[in-house]
Amino acid sequence: MDPAGNAFTDLSWVDLLFLGEAAIRTLQISAVSIFVGTVLGIILGWMLAAGNIVVRLLVNSLLDVFRSVPLIIQLILFDSFVSIAGFPMPAFWSGTIVLSVYTAALVAMVARAGIEAVEPGLRRAARSLGMGYWQDMRYVVWPVGIRAVFPSWIGVALSVLKDSALVSAIGYIELLRASQILTTKTQESFKIMLLVGLFYFLMSYPISKAGDFIEKKWQQ
Amino acid sequence: MDYQFLWPPVIKALPELVDAALLTMEVSVVSMIIGLSIGLLLSFGRRSKYFLPRAASTIWVELARNTPVLFQIFFFYWGLGEFGIFLSSYVAVVAALSFNTAGYMAETFRGGFNAIPETQLRAARSLGMSFLQTQRYVIVPQVLRVVYYPMTNQFIWVILMSSLGMLAGLRELTGETQYFNSRTFRTFEFFAATAVIYYIIAKIVMLGARLIGWRIFRGQGT
Repeated sequence: MDPAGNAFTDLSWVDLLFLGEAAIRTLQISAVSIFVGTVLGIILGWMLAAGNIVVRLLVNSLLDVFRSVPLIIQLILFDSFVSIAGFPMPAFWSGTIVLSVYTAALVAMVARAGIEAVEPGLRRAARSLGMGYWQDMRYVVWPVGIRAVFPSWIGVALSVLKDSALVSAIGYIELLRASQILTTKTQESFKIMLLVGLFYFLMSYPISKAGDFIEKKWQQ
Repeated sequence: MDYQFLWPPVIKALPELVDAALLTMEVSVVSMIIGLSIGLLLSFGRRSKYFLPRAASTIWVELARNTPVLFQIFFFYWGLGEFGIFLSSYVAVVAALSFNTAGYMAETFRGGFNAIPETQLRAARSLGMSFLQTQRYVIVPQVLRVVYYPMTNQFIWVILMSSLGMLAGLRELTGETQYFNSRTFRTFEFFAATAVIYYIIAKIVMLGARLIGWRIFRGQGT
């Protein structure tokens, strides 16, 4: 403690390490959620594009709920529900589950748009060449569709990376929560905020620029 | 499951929750108006031939789009304290949501303006229209068509994101719910009710936007 009686400590290397670890946790929870959510979302998107009217209506209105209720409320609801139901789980897992479902709801729309972006004539041609339904999906719909919606998927992935900050609300110590802890400790709110902003920016900006680059390359 | 769901406290608190929902709408509308205005300026800035406005608006847009909204709210709420600037919860949330909306809408507006070939402007001017007439009758109607639906999506998104006001101590719908939760510990019941309220708000806004869109774009194709 310094002579002036200041109970707060200055920002140190240990604190930076603490922030770095938290940034890795942000990346972890985002990566898992984006992966699971994308797989789930593609299946749901396929149901939306290829299902009959009942399936489409059902899936669509279900996913609509996840897109119309704030993510933070979904997190708190799920977290309190699992404790009520007697399966309390670590914040990482409840956060990952909610984020994954949220991602899936967003990816489903992207996947549907991708499938619908493929000309019906092209698909009929594939089928009349003797391809089966899944061959058509794998060799015709996938490569054509992914070019159409890859930028939108990057957009979804980036928004999930940023929205993972909300998991702090149920007690998971990711980057943003870690910054708050440090702020309480050191009272250097502005510096820490700049640092955290920089961390997020460095994670998000390169992906967004890479997405633009790939989009341009594919359009040629 | 031994948990007993208890709904009467929620029903008793419903009038307060509805009032809080009105605050949510107020915050969202104000942020949207400020965000749209700044976003329009930024879109001009990004198309400017001068370096300074171009750089400034590019930095704004990239910062707004590449950091979390919650971070932006915290920044306005706590980050400025070191300089002795203490914004109220309300101002901090509105500032953050406006900052964010401006960044996203700038890109949307840019796309809208880019969709109109410059030859149209010259054609309109050579037909004897003034600059303002050209904007009013040729440019704006077309830009509006491109940006209208992204704009309504952004509005719904702002409503949902205003829920983060709770974490900065704003008693909007989610903050109010958290307040009742802390007094009754009926977390699930209260947040379930709030989820329903948000869903209803989102649906009403979406429907309203469709109706208005249908009214202003009627007889123009799609």
